Amino acid sequence: MAERVVVAMSGGVDSSVAAALLREQGYDVIGVMLRLWSEPASPVVGGAVEQAANRCCSVEAVTDAAAVADRLGIPFYAIDAEAPFKRHVVDAWIDAYAMGLTPNPCLACNRHIRFGFLLDFARSLGAACLATGHYARVEVADDGRFELWRGVDRSKDQSYVLSVLGQADLRQVLLPVGAYAKAQVRALAAERGLPSATRADSQDLCFVADGDYRAFLSRHAPQILRPGPILDTQGRPLGAHAGLAHFTIGQRSGLGIGGGEPRYVVGLDVARNALIVGTRDELGATTFRTGPINWVAGMPPGESFEAHVQIRYRAPAVPARIVLEDGLTSAVVRLQAPLRDVTPGQAAVFYRGDRCLGGGLILRGQVEGEG
Amino acid sequence: MIYMDHSATTPVDPEVVAAMSPYWTELYGNPSSLYGLGRRAAAALQSARETVAGLLHCEPAEIVFTSCGTESDNLAIRGIALAAAARGQRHLITTPIEHPAVLHTVADLVERFDCEVTHVPVDRAGMVDPQAVEAAIRPDTALISVMLANNEVGTVEPVAEIGAIARRHGVPFHTDAVQAGAYLPLDVQALNVDLLALSAHKFHGPKGVGLLYVRKGLRLMTTQTGGSQERARRAGTENVPYIVGMARALELAGERRPSETERLIALRERLIEGVLDRIPDVEVSGHRTERLPGHASLIIYGVEAQSLLIGLDLAGIAASSGSACASGAPTPSGVLRAMGYAPNDALGALRLTLGRSNTDADVDTLLEVLPPIVRRVRGG
Repeated sequence: MAERVVVAMSGGVDSSVAAALLREQGYDVIGVMLRLWSEPASPVVGGAVEQAANRCCSVEAVTDAAAVADRLGIPFYAIDAEAPFKRHVVDAWIDAYAMGLTPNPCLACNRHIRFGFLLDFARSLGAACLATGHYARVEVADDGRFELWRGVDRSKDQSYVLSVLGQADLRQVLLPVGAYAKAQVRALAAERGLPSATRADSQDLCFVADGDYRAFLSRHAPQILRPGPILDTQGRPLGAHAGLAHFTIGQRSGLGIGGGEPRYVVGLDVARNALIVGTRDELGATTFRTGPINWVAGMPPGESFEAHVQIRYRAPAVPARIVLEDGLTSAVVRLQAPLRDVTPGQAAVFYRGDRCLGGGLILRGQVEGEG
Repeated sequence: MIYMDHSATTPVDPEVVAAMSPYWTELYGNPSSLYGLGRRAAAALQSARETVAGLLHCEPAEIVFTSCGTESDNLAIRGIALAAAARGQRHLITTPIEHPAVLHTVADLVERFDCEVTHVPVDRAGMVDPQAVEAAIRPDTALISVMLANNEVGTVEPVAEIGAIARRHGVPFHTDAVQAGAYLPLDVQALNVDLLALSAHKFHGPKGVGLLYVRKGLRLMTTQTGGSQERARRAGTENVPYIVGMARALELAGERRPSETERLIALRERLIEGVLDRIPDVEVSGHRTERLPGHASLIIYGVEAQSLLIGLDLAGIAASSGSACASGAPTPSGVLRAMGYAPNDALGALRLTLGRSNTDADVDTLLEVLPPIVRRVRGG
């Protein structure tokens, strides 16, 4: 009997092609879509409620994914994961903003939902593996260890948000489109007549309608949006802000300060609820510390080593020296050259060439003895 | 594929398809037209109306053809309530285990038309107490609506008894008989009902057609305006082929009822006893004996039915967790909650509804397939 695989389908082109490729390879493929989030909009007659469009799991997305599954002749189920998604992703994301961080919810989602909840669900259906439409590759090293590599299409690479995976996950994960360029994937979809061949790429903040995370926060966590002062790096007041969560490190626009030299966000001081701004020269860091690190291989390459580090989802990786601390659980990262937007709450992900070593969240605060 | 979801819908009987077939391309006339083709359609419509009236023990003029059970419930409740509201009667009585077609219609009347509602509670078996219905009646009560049989748990309600009470108090009484169409006697005189809703696809007729029995003399406000079809109670060109099909399906259901009822009860009991023997921590929901013949509803503790249903589907068995929920996200069933089940336990509701196609071999297959799926879901 063919090996059973669950494909996480979004209705988009990548996961559709992933399902098609696995089906062609002879797997017993089951399509599953997670319902992650729905926000009630206007109540309609009789107590029923309309669902607002949220991009990752709108009615249209379910319909599209179901149409793809039907075309491929595979079973398809939309299953509910709203409670774990709210707990592990949305609430954690709001909490991070409340702490003055700039979180990336995809990391938590991949850790707890896609490769947690959904992988468990796939196992309960008797599946050996979970496949997704991520642009990254799983390779097996000579010693039998599983490795995570960047997608062949570097411009679409998603290994950054998969850096939370370890050996136990990767042995059960298939990433069929990671070996292709996006244009090839679109061509593969078109060749197969898949209806999603021309759909737009999915976005990062799938649960935030219109991509407006500030509006989302004011709806769901108004308590964390408190007005406070804007200070320069010397502590001099320059104005007022409407809530720290509206800002991230390196941000220029929206400061509400007219005239003079452009000012950038250089810090979020939660204790004083103050937004710290500075000139372009005052922006940037050469060293930072991370929280606990997930090592893809299950262990670090050494106590101190050279690697490339990527500090945002779409940022280029830059050379750095990584020195492990606290019994190898966290790291001090020394960049060869300063970066403008080292942002607490984002992940620092380490690479050697195209191979992802792992990563951890960037912590607030300066490293002792550094400027 | 083994189909065990006859409460959701049923296959159309080939005899019904045959009865409908002349009315698509040959006898396609509009029953309101004066020429021969129209008259033929009108005759077919009248014949269907007489057939249905005969089976329900009412007059043909008391039958209103509609597009589905939901429309029938809407017309009955809205039509009676709005007519009564004009006389100052705004109180409605129903139960918390009704189909959304009833519950949401009542909620809308409360929200937008200043009606008041009393939801008469049910017991752990989903049974309504007729005395509790009587106690809820007020001078301004416009309508009582209690379903004949529950879709999720199969419990058959004491409708005739409630109907007698309603009549004594002079309150119109509606029953949603959609789940009962194939399996229970539908004699509106014996049931003491003033309004009764049916849907053809639940008894091997086509989807998209239903009917409402409206006792003559009742004041019913129309909710769909337009032409004067159905004695101006339901505007819109009559769906002749479907109505003909529904009448034939109801006729066939009546003919098959005695033997099917006995057969399905035996099959259901074998299924229920088999599941109780093979799977620990399972309970039958709904009334143990006063239930629809083919209806087996179970609470499987410690699981979310969603996983079971997918496991069963992959094993080739079509089942459900209660009512088909359009929004997808599993929320604990309101019916089970009203019966006193905790939300988490209600998520473990599995509904297996047997019908004409099911055999002993189907039940054997289910009893073989279900236990390992439950083990896997509980273990995972």
